[in-house]
Amino acid sequence: MPRAFTPKVVTANALLEGDVVYLTADDRWTRNHSEAELIEDEAHAQIRLLDAEARAGEIVGAYLADAIPGPNGPEPVHFREAFRTRGPSNYPHGKQEGV
Amino acid sequence: MYSYSEFDEAFVRERVAQFRAQVERRIEGSLTEDEFKPLRLMNGLYLQLHAYMLRVAIPYGTLNGRQMRQLAMIARRWDKGYGHFTTRQNIQFNWPELRDVPDMLDALADVGMHAIQTSGNTIRNVTADHFAGAAADEIADPRPLAELIRQWSTDHPEFQFLPRKFKIAVTGSPADRAVTAAHDIGLRIVERDGAQGVQVIVGGGLGRTPMIGKVLAEFVPEDDLLPYLEAVVAVYNLLGRRDNKYKARIKITVHENGIEEISRLVDEEFARRKPMFQGVDQALLSAIRAQFAPPVFAEPQTTALPADAAFRSFYDTNTGPHRAPGYRIVTISLKSHGATPGDATAEQMEVIADLAERYGHDEIRISHEQNVILPHVPLHHLAAIHEALKDAGLSTANIGLVSDIIACPGMDYCALATARSIPVAQEIATRFDELKLEHDIGPLKIKISGCINACGHHHVGHIGILGLDRAGVENYQITLGGDAGPDAVIGERTGPGFAYDEIVPAIERLLRAYLDLREDRDETFLDAYRRVGMAPFKAALYPASEEARADAA
Ligand code: HEM
Ligand code: SF4
Repeated sequence: MPRAFTPKVVTANALLEGDVVYLTADDRWTRNHSEAELIEDEAHAQIRLLDAEARAGEIVGAYLADAIPGPNGPEPVHFREAFRTRGPSNYPHGKQEGV
Repeated sequence: MYSYSEFDEAFVRERVAQFRAQVERRIEGSLTEDEFKPLRLMNGLYLQLHAYMLRVAIPYGTLNGRQMRQLAMIARRWDKGYGHFTTRQNIQFNWPELRDVPDMLDALADVGMHAIQTSGNTIRNVTADHFAGAAADEIADPRPLAELIRQWSTDHPEFQFLPRKFKIAVTGSPADRAVTAAHDIGLRIVERDGAQGVQVIVGGGLGRTPMIGKVLAEFVPEDDLLPYLEAVVAVYNLLGRRDNKYKARIKITVHENGIEEISRLVDEEFARRKPMFQGVDQALLSAIRAQFAPPVFAEPQTTALPADAAFRSFYDTNTGPHRAPGYRIVTISLKSHGATPGDATAEQMEVIADLAERYGHDEIRISHEQNVILPHVPLHHLAAIHEALKDAGLSTANIGLVSDIIACPGMDYCALATARSIPVAQEIATRFDELKLEHDIGPLKIKISGCINACGHHHVGHIGILGLDRAGVENYQITLGGDAGPDAVIGERTGPGFAYDEIVPAIERLLRAYLDLREDRDETFLDAYRRVGMAPFKAALYPASEEARADAA
């Protein structure tokens, strides 16, 4: 039996800075996971991934990552994605820097 | 020390100019990422989890003060003020922006450095002992042979499409600090009846299928070395499996065909190839040797060394015997308790550059254990060096001890990681510093990798830690009894892994068990493990009450 589809966000790295970015419902790239579009439908997820890949001048390596709805917007599921929302744990570098 | 020839310099400059144009074309849209990616990787530019990463080669881990100062400048100007020295004896910058990379590469070329990565299934960068040319226990400096091999293998027409990548390491010392037995070919300079030759070890490697190399030839005379290596690589080229990437390294070829069969084929091939070498290689070797000539060592001076405890501890732990009288090898620890193993700030790099220029014949080495070495230090400068290191936060006396941990970048940086490794190293170091047990525990090598690729050499750690992803949670497997020395051994798994917040307490239980069962202070952790085996350590790691839980996990 095929596995049930779980909600996703589209994520990638910014071409120039390398930062982790997420695709929003209004087609922006945000650095903030909670602003990402939470995609609940598999067919729509594939289309959004294609949309993202078409914007090769802005990003690198787009893929779908599992996410769940939270009080302030989508939240990551896997610890790798949670780290990507912040930055490394040995220095306050990366996104966590400005927070 | 080895310096670029004019050809090398022109070649590096041309590559930077090419890459600058490629970056422009990628940004303006005429190169796709699929087209650009192999180009950036060839120039040492990787995309990691949070940013790009630039990996800069440091051949044989050897550099001078001017080069180190330039690395500091690059760290300050285009990165976040620090760099990460790795187990491959290179430096990684973790935060470059794409547009800046060509300028960084130009700045490297200004001091004869580059980030060009040998890639593809070819013979890769040859590595050597970080104490080369300085160690008292050395038969000969291995770097001239390493450089000869590098020149022979670069663009060797026959070996551009090997079944898989191929790595060679050379040591000139029986102590083998180059982990030769974990390379596709390991070479150990040996002496027989007064003549120098090389012992050839083949088929070692870590990663997914760790194997210790086997001796293929006990003694190959120096002037037979290149034809012999050619024979080995030619046999592998023919026999190595091309059907499965995970079975393509020579370690599998040796494993599947047996060392006797490989040896027979290599001997046949050698007989065919030897006549084609007409001594050009030996002329080249002499020319290379001249470039690696040792500095002119100063006459030993009588000096009273400081008697304070901090200096004594530094002297005993971080310095080693030198081949020249009145000299020591100084290892500068990049593992101060709680710091990221292998990281140095721009300021620290400048202090090291100054010390090398002022006191150390302008030579610096990077070790695969992620520390920095001043290979040639006259005894009478040791006190001044220690003072300067203290001021720079670089005087931690922990070389070879529990907090001198090798850790790969793991999931704090690396896109391939399955778990973090840096914070595990930081917490182990901090914990044993709090306990003040470090010097009591004595010689111990802990090595941590954040995935099965084993960049942190965990298989050959006395204690190895491998970070995995088990059902979406970080989980750490422990191996015991590994050894990276001359009689290299792959460690053995203890049993089920530990969660992130259980791994440091587990290591503590393990080492308390060792302190309880060792015969005396001279019996190291590794000796004790070899004497008593796994059982007592397993009992300490998995106390009865936890066993059921661990099994169920
Ligand atoms: C973005 C960072 C990195 C990536 C993507 C990466 C990737 C890999 C991969 C895929 C392998 C396995 C190759 C094979 O067995 O065929 C490997 C091996 C290795 N890596 Fe890394 N690595 C990274 C960083 C590092 C760092 C920072 C170090 C040093 C601290 C390192 C040291 C090594 C070593 C020594 C091996 C050799 C193991 C062997 O061949 O048996 N790597 N790496
Ligand atoms: S061992 Fe794995 S996690 Fe660590 S640097 Fe190598 S590829 Fe990355």
